[in-house]
Amino acid sequence: MSGTDADVIIIGGGPSGVAAGLELRRRGVEKIVLLEREAQLGGATRHCSHSPFGMREFGRVYFGASYGRRLEEEAQKHGVDVRTGHSVVGLGMDGSVEVATHRGVEAMTARRIMVTTGAREQPRAARLLPGDRPIGILTTGTLQAYVAFHGLMPFRRPLIVGSELVSLSAVLTCLTHGARPVAVVETRPHALARAPLSWFPGLVGIPFRKGVEILDILGSSRVEAVTLRCDARSETLACDGVLLTGVFTPESALFLQSPLGVDAGSAGPAVDQDGRLANPLYFAGGNVLRAVETGGWAFREGRAVGAAIAQDLESGSPAADHVSVSYEDPVKLVVPALVRRRDIRSAALRQFQLRFLRKARGTLSLTIDGRTVWHGRGRWLPERRILVPIPDSAQDARHIGFRFAEEP
Amino acid sequence: MSLTPVSPREDLFDVAVIGAGVVGCAVVRRFALAGAKAILIEKGADILCGASKANSAILHTGFDAPPSSLELALIRAGRQEYLEIHESRNLPLVRTGALVCAWNDDEAERLESIAETGRANGIDGLTLLSGAEARRTMPALSDRLAAALEVRDEHVIDPWSAPLAYLSEAVALGARFLRQAELLAGRFDDIWHLETSAGPVSARAVVNTAGLHGDTVDERLGFAPEFRIKPRKGQFVVLDKAAARHVPRIVLPVPTEITKGIVVCPTAFGNVLIGPTAEEQEDRNRAAVDARTLQALLARGSEIVPALAGMPVTAVYAGLRPATESKAYRIFVRREKRAITLGGIRSTGLSSALGLARHALELHATFAAPLAPPQTAPPVPVPNLAETRERDWQRPDHGEIVCHCELVTRREIEAALESPVPPGDFGGLRRRTRAGMGRCQGFYCHARLAEMTKGRLATPLAVDAEDRNR
Ligand SMILES: Cc1cc2nc3c(=O)[nH]c(=O)nc-3n(C[C@H](O)[C@H](O)[C@H](O)COP(=O)(O)OP(=O)(O)OC[C@H]3O[C@@H](n4cnc5c(N)ncnc54)[C@H](O)[C@@H]3O)c2cc1C
Ligand SMILES: Cc1cc2nc3c(=O)[nH]c(=O)nc-3n(C[C@H](O)[C@H](O)[C@H](O)COP(=O)(O)OP(=O)(O)OC[C@H]3O[C@@H](n4cnc5c(N)ncnc54)[C@H](O)[C@@H]3O)c2cc1C
Repeated sequence: MSGTDADVIIIGGGPSGVAAGLELRRRGVEKIVLLEREAQLGGATRHCSHSPFGMREFGRVYFGASYGRRLEEEAQKHGVDVRTGHSVVGLGMDGSVEVATHRGVEAMTARRIMVTTGAREQPRAARLLPGDRPIGILTTGTLQAYVAFHGLMPFRRPLIVGSELVSLSAVLTCLTHGARPVAVVETRPHALARAPLSWFPGLVGIPFRKGVEILDILGSSRVEAVTLRCDARSETLACDGVLLTGVFTPESALFLQSPLGVDAGSAGPAVDQDGRLANPLYFAGGNVLRAVETGGWAFREGRAVGAAIAQDLESGSPAADHVSVSYEDPVKLVVPALVRRRDIRSAALRQFQLRFLRKARGTLSLTIDGRTVWHGRGRWLPERRILVPIPDSAQDARHIGFRFAEEP
Repeated sequence: MSLTPVSPREDLFDVAVIGAGVVGCAVVRRFALAGAKAILIEKGADILCGASKANSAILHTGFDAPPSSLELALIRAGRQEYLEIHESRNLPLVRTGALVCAWNDDEAERLESIAETGRANGIDGLTLLSGAEARRTMPALSDRLAAALEVRDEHVIDPWSAPLAYLSEAVALGARFLRQAELLAGRFDDIWHLETSAGPVSARAVVNTAGLHGDTVDERLGFAPEFRIKPRKGQFVVLDKAAARHVPRIVLPVPTEITKGIVVCPTAFGNVLIGPTAEEQEDRNRAAVDARTLQALLARGSEIVPALAGMPVTAVYAGLRPATESKAYRIFVRREKRAITLGGIRSTGLSSALGLARHALELHATFAAPLAPPQTAPPVPVPNLAETRERDWQRPDHGEIVCHCELVTRREIEAALESPVPPGDFGGLRRRTRAGMGRCQGFYCHARLAEMTKGRLATPLAVDAEDRNR
């Protein structure tokens, strides 16, 4: 381990980070340090009170904080050096990280760094929503933390914005904690969650409107009302909060602030089929790669990237060249966005994951050096996971790209 | 600590200052230093409820102020005092300098006359640069840049900690701060009997620093209106800290007759601002943002600095300038009534506040009996929030980091809540600590802050449990 503080430093103790740590230890990598800025492990699963976690990885289900505690036990049992209350504030380019703890600031180094900092929802500002800026405008994750960690509620009659799965979970959180949403609104012309889930607000008597534009948020100290445009009519709804749901984005601050940078499509780091960045000392996995997947997915992805790091440390061979995967509108993102000249069959990520920006009908195709190697035709919906196997031929490719032929 | 201090009702104050914007905070400090028994009356739950809440945070030199105006003199005096006191109050000074950027030949021609005005205004450090020279000092500027005027001494400060420091110092010297106290009426019979929503206050003299409501407060004091506030809104976009490496300097436009134009500017906290717009409106209380304007600001920002394209947005906000029918400051003295109005401090009040405060004290001396001997007290340092100086998270034993994006510690939040001028609302807590002001805007810490601020804020973050099932 020559002169570094660890073989691998993992940043972020959600499902993906812990899974990576367990896998690295299972493969005999000695010193794994897991840095987590909160006081507990579990990441976003800690406040998801009505989702079961852990079936695939631990053979039983856990809710809320108990899943994080199980992760903690596993990490201890397998000798991962877990350090909570450690917030990474900077990434070097040479395998060093800058860490803030209650003792002040420290530098640490490792042979490889794995970043598993997860994802969060876009706040009001980043969505450029109009109006006043009173309190009471928040995201589902924040609401869940109010409820799960402190037994508090930020409002009683919120307007819920969004129709992803998490939006429906937000309705449930409200109803079970004494709040009654005044309406659920979606700015797109259609719900993002599939029926019959998208029928849920209607079933519990909450109006659900699609194709809505938010014209104004009113309120001097707390939210008082929201003005909406719906079917060319505008209407002001009295409410005491606005709950912004979904519109996830990777928590990729560490990349954004370092020369490592982020990918324009995913807003997470650009990685290859092993979850490895162009700078070969750095890896990433879980939701920081792309928003947003389930806890189980994040766990499996973390484990797979952990295995790739173990292989890399063992082989000791230098990282191969890489090519970037190109794509165009309406494809929003492709992960991995890089492919290295390295065996695909033993890679951590065996499939390209794609998402669409908007609803579109047409043929999506994957071309490698000018040859179409895969295509699919149909109706593609935004924010739905699309998986395309990475063909073995990709490893020798000079050009890899996704094209889309749209049909009216 | 409760929000209302002990009742000031029986006391007779030497001076009552009405309105706790940056100007009122500076004025109450200056009078307290001069030995006056002073009170600051604010209708909001905290200081900075008006124009001073949202500005560009530039400590101006006055290079483009109207020559030989009072405004120029007060900007220069205010700036000078800030430079003298900031170190001992732990207030930042980010020596960015500014570039007045000309994007075509027309604008380039006008730089020379701007420089002349600046020199006539007594400002040093003005240099005309070619586009290439200017870009050497800030390589991220668009290569369309034709020429620039460098203004070396335009600096960036913390617009919220400065007034907090002024007021904290006044309070340490014995001044009172009465909040949630709207001035409703005033009657003068050799002393002022002020009626506020928090009860009566008596004072020998009054200073109206009510900013956006300066004209209304003058009327409530019984004066014939001398000016009318015509709010001018400025919207801003705040970009992620990742943008800061591209914007080391303040980028000013060449002002036209129609608009002062859009500024791209680093903040003391390590972000980048794009703004402000200049939109006339009637409403003095609403400073709303709108999506089209915000998008236009983002587009303009990336024309000026192409690397800003696609940079994540951390915050959006809007402020209202207390503009009037005239460009000039609207300062009035009614000697026989021992009243001073510092009105229409439109777009340079952060820079001139300390100068305005000195000016108010001088005006006061023209009609009032001498004050008690000046006070001396050790300066009151405020917690540093700027990235250019050491922050609390970099020191040991801060408890833990509560807000991860802005690295705000538990110790800082507790200290703010226990301070002599504690926050009265969530905005006040954010301005004092930066908690919740970062890129996630509270996704990770908001619930924790709700817990920590229980019972402390005029509008609590969490709703009452009893009411929940209504
Ligand atoms: C509001 C919300 C609702 C969800 N609902 C569901 C659901 O119903 N069902 C489901 O299966 N999944 C759900 N998910 C997704 C699920 O929680 C995630 O898929 C899973 O937690 C992702 O795991 P991760 O390891 O990638 O990241 P996370 O769980 O987000 O963990 C990231 C960890 O990194 C830490 N971290 C971040 N930055 C730093 C730093 N600089 N230094 C140190 N540590 C850092 C964080 O504190 C966190 O603990 C939801 C997510 C959210 C946000
Ligand atoms: C968009 C924008 C950008 C700017 N950029 C800069 C800059 O870069 N540099 C610079 O130097 N200046 C700048 N300024 C100007 C600066 O912000 C103002 O000049 C300054 O804030 C004016 O302060 P004030 O104390 O006079 O008024 P205000 O801040 O409005 O304070 C008045 C206070 O009085 C209170 N009040 C009102 N009525 C009553 C009542 N009846 N009773 C009790 N209290 C009352 C209000 O609640 C308020 O808190 C900018 C302004 C804006 C809007």
